[in-house]
Amino acid sequence: MSASSQTTTLDIEGMSCAACAAAVEKSLSRTPGVQSALVNYATEKATVTYAPTEASPADLHAAVENAGYAVAKRAPDTSAADRQAELDRQKAAAYRVLQRRFAVAAGLAALVMLLSMSMLWPTLMMRLNSQALNYILLALTLPVLLYSGREFYSSAWNGLRHRSANMDTLIAVGTGAAFFYSLAATLVPGFFARHGVLPEVYYDTTTTIIALILLGKVLEMRAKTQTSAAMRALLGLQARTARVVRPDGQELDVPIEQVQPGDLVAVRPGEKIATDGTIETGQSAVDEAMLTGESLPVAKQPGDPVFGATLNKTGAFRFRVSKVGADTVLAQIVKLVEDAQGSRAPIQRLADKVSAVFVPTVVVIAILTFVLWFDLAPVASRLPLALVSFVAVLIIACPCALGLATPTAIMVSTGKGAEQGVLIRNAEALEKAYKVDTVLLDKTGTITRGEPAVTDFLAAAGYTETQLLPLVAAVERHSEHPLADAVVRYVDASPLARSAPLATDFQAAEGKGATATVAGQTVLIGNRRLLAEAGIELTPTLAAQADALLAQAKTVLYVALAGQAAGLIGVADTLRDTSAEAIRQLQGLGLEVVMMTGDNPQTAAKIASQVGITRYLSEVLPQDKAQQVKQLQAEGRTVAMVGDGINDAPALAQADIGLAMGGGTDVAMEAASITLMRSNLQGVVTAIDLSRQTIRTIKQNLFFAFIYNLLGIPIAAGLLYPLFGVRLSPMLAAGAMALSSVSVLTNSLRLRAFTAR
Amino acid sequence: MDIAAILVTIGGLALAGLVLWYFFFSSRPAVAAQSTSGGVQQVDITVKGGYSPSVIEVTQGRPVQLNFYRDEENSCSEELLMPDFNVRRDLPAFQTTLVELLPQQPGRFEFTCGMGMLRGSLVVK
Repeated sequence: MSASSQTTTLDIEGMSCAACAAAVEKSLSRTPGVQSALVNYATEKATVTYAPTEASPADLHAAVENAGYAVAKRAPDTSAADRQAELDRQKAAAYRVLQRRFAVAAGLAALVMLLSMSMLWPTLMMRLNSQALNYILLALTLPVLLYSGREFYSSAWNGLRHRSANMDTLIAVGTGAAFFYSLAATLVPGFFARHGVLPEVYYDTTTTIIALILLGKVLEMRAKTQTSAAMRALLGLQARTARVVRPDGQELDVPIEQVQPGDLVAVRPGEKIATDGTIETGQSAVDEAMLTGESLPVAKQPGDPVFGATLNKTGAFRFRVSKVGADTVLAQIVKLVEDAQGSRAPIQRLADKVSAVFVPTVVVIAILTFVLWFDLAPVASRLPLALVSFVAVLIIACPCALGLATPTAIMVSTGKGAEQGVLIRNAEALEKAYKVDTVLLDKTGTITRGEPAVTDFLAAAGYTETQLLPLVAAVERHSEHPLADAVVRYVDASPLARSAPLATDFQAAEGKGATATVAGQTVLIGNRRLLAEAGIELTPTLAAQADALLAQAKTVLYVALAGQAAGLIGVADTLRDTSAEAIRQLQGLGLEVVMMTGDNPQTAAKIASQVGITRYLSEVLPQDKAQQVKQLQAEGRTVAMVGDGINDAPALAQADIGLAMGGGTDVAMEAASITLMRSNLQGVVTAIDLSRQTIRTIKQNLFFAFIYNLLGIPIAAGLLYPLFGVRLSPMLAAGAMALSSVSVLTNSLRLRAFTAR
Repeated sequence: MDIAAILVTIGGLALAGLVLWYFFFSSRPAVAAQSTSGGVQQVDITVKGGYSPSVIEVTQGRPVQLNFYRDEENSCSEELLMPDFNVRRDLPAFQTTLVELLPQQPGRFEFTCGMGMLRGSLVVK
């Protein structure tokens, strides 16, 4: 492909046979500037190479349409970050317009209010004709209605045509009624006077309501953008470019969209890693906190996976790209959070039902209020009383608070969770985590690391650790066995790693161990059988020490040097440093923590006591894990099961809520309601704590929203008037309404202050 | 009660009845999705103070593409929720937003605006 040509793929619609494909191909090929066109009937795709200087995408579309077919609309190939940026731009523009509308309404409303109150100063009133004043007020009110408040009326009208009613309907009807009454009183005051009614005007009410509601909207909009701040931060993590290493060794910065799996990418210290892949050369420490919440940098060497959006700290390296775009860990996290934010919490069900019938119901209540006041109040004042109460009911009712109560809290909290490496699948998971009273931990991989580590190194009499370790490591470096790995890691972490002799004549004995020659001596490492077959006897001390290690459920590796037993290595799954503290915190939250393990009762008891667990289930076979969950549930408990997500999927699914502890960055855990990106139990504490705070916030919000409407509407209708002579001014109602949804939002935003313990 | 009060009472009750009927009991026409040759069921939905069409019929088990065109700037309709499909999407004004889903179960699934005021439903058969 020459530099001046471009290739694009079009989805063709309407082809019913291979001949159709040929027709499209012909039409495309004949378009000036098109170098080649290939149409595949089966996939309904056309691949076109063309010179962008001579043909445009529109020309290609036209060519397809000329042939009698259509190009299917496709989702624009923009990244989620770009879409978010476009939305943010639109919202910022809308926010500025809203602010302007509010400023105009507020200024004019203040003026109208001042003039309306002029009747309080009789001297002023003497000089002003009330008729003329009404016309001045009308002139000041019109811009408020037509500019500041126009959206309410257009929205109400559009809604009405769709048989749907929203908050704008209430405001439009309320302010509209006040305005048209005032308009009539201004234009034909004589008509009112003839019927014994004072031609009062309510321009101050109309303008103040609009100004206050707009103020509420300004505050609401500002707060709402903050609910998705965490999501925006996640999207912002995506690198924009990658330094791709060309086959000729040249390094080239290319936009991230053009990076393909298989590309080699260079990363320098301090740079963001562009996408997911595997290190080929070089090593470094990588800060993965943005994905896992784990604050300590992770050491990386060739063969280790790296993830897009994480930060390279110290070294330089090159990695082979394995995943791009939607397949990356970051994209999966974004998707998961997006899904969670779109899910419905069961707690919201009642609010949803009320929301669905809210506005028409309020309109009916307002009409009945009008009728009752008109029928029951003294004739002289009945019309203004009926009108003012009618308007107050419409204005005070706030469906928004109900609608915002749950989703805003869920949005803030799922975003907050992701920030701390806790990925919540949906709102229901949050609600269930809130109800949990028992946490069942599968020992391996949660309390412990789930991988063997050297716990004991015992040298026989006449040998020293300093002497043995380098020899042992030299042999084990050749082996691929996990136990050998543990030994190598142990040696590498010690200062002895620097003296590294080489092993020759390496031989692995399948299922037994390995032998090799190091520094002229034969070194054997393996199980007891390997030593026995080589005719090597253990000293009584070594044999006793080995039995002691075995009694602690440890695996024992035997080391022999030049035909003599020289030492023992105890290998076991080790506790994570954070386990005991996390379990203590869980217990502090009032939860019973139960441990489940395949170990024998003695080992189980020992580990349980080390981490402060009093109840444990030992000798549980892998297939019985789900059954254990069921038994706990049968005791009436709400069980959260924590596992590594691989071996315990059925138990995770059986539990009321399953928490899978990912090996750092494994997002795709289908069985789990919550995935913990950090590989320690602290994430469980964070998840349960977060769920409790979220549900508490939702309950407060719902309570407030219901109580506000349940009290506000009757008071606005004038229920207190017969008893205490108190009526609610529609202007006060507007103030209350503006504050109610902002209060709910602000309460949800408090969750942003959540920090993991 | 004078004549005005009687008129207001009758008028008010009639109006209340009309409101209830108009919003809750009047029928809404359903629109069936158009299938493309690729087997995707497509529907164009205009969002302007509500969803038109607001009742959409699709067939179970085949991919559905809903093209929401938001024909207004009013903030009420800026968010689209389809809780049964875990969808919460911002609809940019005067643009088409595609929502793709695969209905696996038959039934009636609601979609609403962010605050549950504007309503529509997807009827899966």
